[in-house]
Amino acid sequence: MPLLEVKNLTVSFDTSVGVFHAVKGIDLHVDAREVLAIVGESGSGKSVAMLAVMGLLPATATVKADKLSFDGRDLLNISDSDRRKIIGKDVAMIFQEPMTSLNPCFTVGFQIEEVLRFHLGMGKAQRRARAVELLEQVGIPNPAERLNAYPHQMSGGQNQRVMIAMAIACKPKLLIADEPTTALDVTIQKQILDLLVRLQAEHGMGLIMITHNIGVVAETADRVVVQYKGNKMEEAGVLELFTTPKSPYTRALLAALPENATGDRLPTITGFDFEEAR
Amino acid sequence: MAKVLEAFNIVRDYHIGGTLFGGGRTVHAVKGVSFSLEQGKTLAVVGESGSGKSTLARILTLIDRQTAGELKIDGEIVDIAKTGVTKAMRRKVQMVFQNPYGSLNPRQKIGDVLMEPLLLNTDMPAAERRERALDMLVKVGLQPEHFNRYPHMFSGGQRQRIAIARAIILRPSLLVLDEPVSALDLSVQAQILNLLADLQDEFGLTYVFISHDLSVVKYIADDVMVMYLGEAVEQGTRDKLFSSPEHPYTRALFAATPRADVESIKTRLAKKAALATT
Repeated sequence: MPLLEVKNLTVSFDTSVGVFHAVKGIDLHVDAREVLAIVGESGSGKSVAMLAVMGLLPATATVKADKLSFDGRDLLNISDSDRRKIIGKDVAMIFQEPMTSLNPCFTVGFQIEEVLRFHLGMGKAQRRARAVELLEQVGIPNPAERLNAYPHQMSGGQNQRVMIAMAIACKPKLLIADEPTTALDVTIQKQILDLLVRLQAEHGMGLIMITHNIGVVAETADRVVVQYKGNKMEEAGVLELFTTPKSPYTRALLAALPENATGDRLPTITGFDFEEAR
Repeated sequence: MAKVLEAFNIVRDYHIGGTLFGGGRTVHAVKGVSFSLEQGKTLAVVGESGSGKSTLARILTLIDRQTAGELKIDGEIVDIAKTGVTKAMRRKVQMVFQNPYGSLNPRQKIGDVLMEPLLLNTDMPAAERRERALDMLVKVGLQPEHFNRYPHMFSGGQRQRIAIARAIILRPSLLVLDEPVSALDLSVQAQILNLLADLQDEFGLTYVFISHDLSVVKYIADDVMVMYLGEAVEQGTRDKLFSSPEHPYTRALFAATPRADVESIKTRLAKKAALATT
């Protein structure tokens, strides 16, 4: 049984100019110990689909699915209080902008310990010890000291490490990383990706990497889902995707990579019709 | 070929803080950078945040003055600390910024965006300004009917086209592009890179292209300069730098860049499989 199973997921938003369909019927699944990359450009619905799974969409969104289950539990008809027990504990998410996802008013130690208190009900001393251990795991030097730092006293890369520490605090079964390295420098990006992949292997987590960066896909994924304008264009093993892409959209995407440039100008992607492209 | 840009030992220090009772410190943002650039060529400046590449861009575009060192544009010595910025100097250097959403005034129509540099820096009559702006819209791949529209009616890629049109409408000899494609989707990135190449061919433009994305740099640059903590740690032609990087930082940068080629995916998967069995 897959860890996360999504069947025919649609997400639409009510706007002043009518209904906007952000996700148009997507199937996907993630197994335990697997790295799935969801790749697509802005507007492809990759983030919205995962926010729907987490139940983090605003009230204007309508989420429909034939099946939305995590670890055997139905996430569609779950009560909010039951959902809160799963989200942040068994499924955790990290976001693109570490500076804005951490609360600037509290020390990073407080924010990590909050997770431990809420989900695991740990005592004070125990929480502190676990927080130190977590910061150590994500590679922050002098962890005991850094717990008293505020987010603005740390660099972007370090804040992202703190976010990862919070996410793995309760040993989740599934970690969803939404563009975790987009705001970071290449050298830091490499460190964060290595960290995520290492933690994934060590903890045996399922990992979903949402990204627009083909390089990140190549460096981390086992399996890849390609999305375009709310549709799933292709799903394949990572090697298969790069050697024999089936969908014309994937082929165009790979051809648009500057490192694959053969001629004087780059091939561009124009007006893909979903039905045609599939 | 004539040298459009020559820089000798450019230094920029910022003095920070200090109270009534002294203190304060000096940040050496750029520590003696020298280079020269021929007409019609592209120099890529690579480095991570804090490397001084944007400070250098501000000096080259006459936004900020250098603390020491000599800057020559079109063979003429430029020192805005002494002479200020004249209209003739403004016409020579223009800039395109990273974020196409932030660099256009939301209340200004596109036509006015394009005509403003002409209004400020030339004494061209209104009819001619309008004609020039309409011309430029078409050149960058937009339509004449976009003239009276506002920035919010355009996509990110289109806005970057507008920003480029605004920059080249004065026919500058030097165009400084600060991460012009890093906020764009892959497919749009390819279009903008192609546009830049077309414009360079047509107008003989000289580019200083600031980027942290090595695959883009490899595609577009003739010469590359790698900056680290305010110093140019390595400079040379693209081919030399990419085939035999010498400085340890350059090598670290190459090693950190995600690879999207089939061979490296195979290696990674093999490594992972080996780890899983042990």
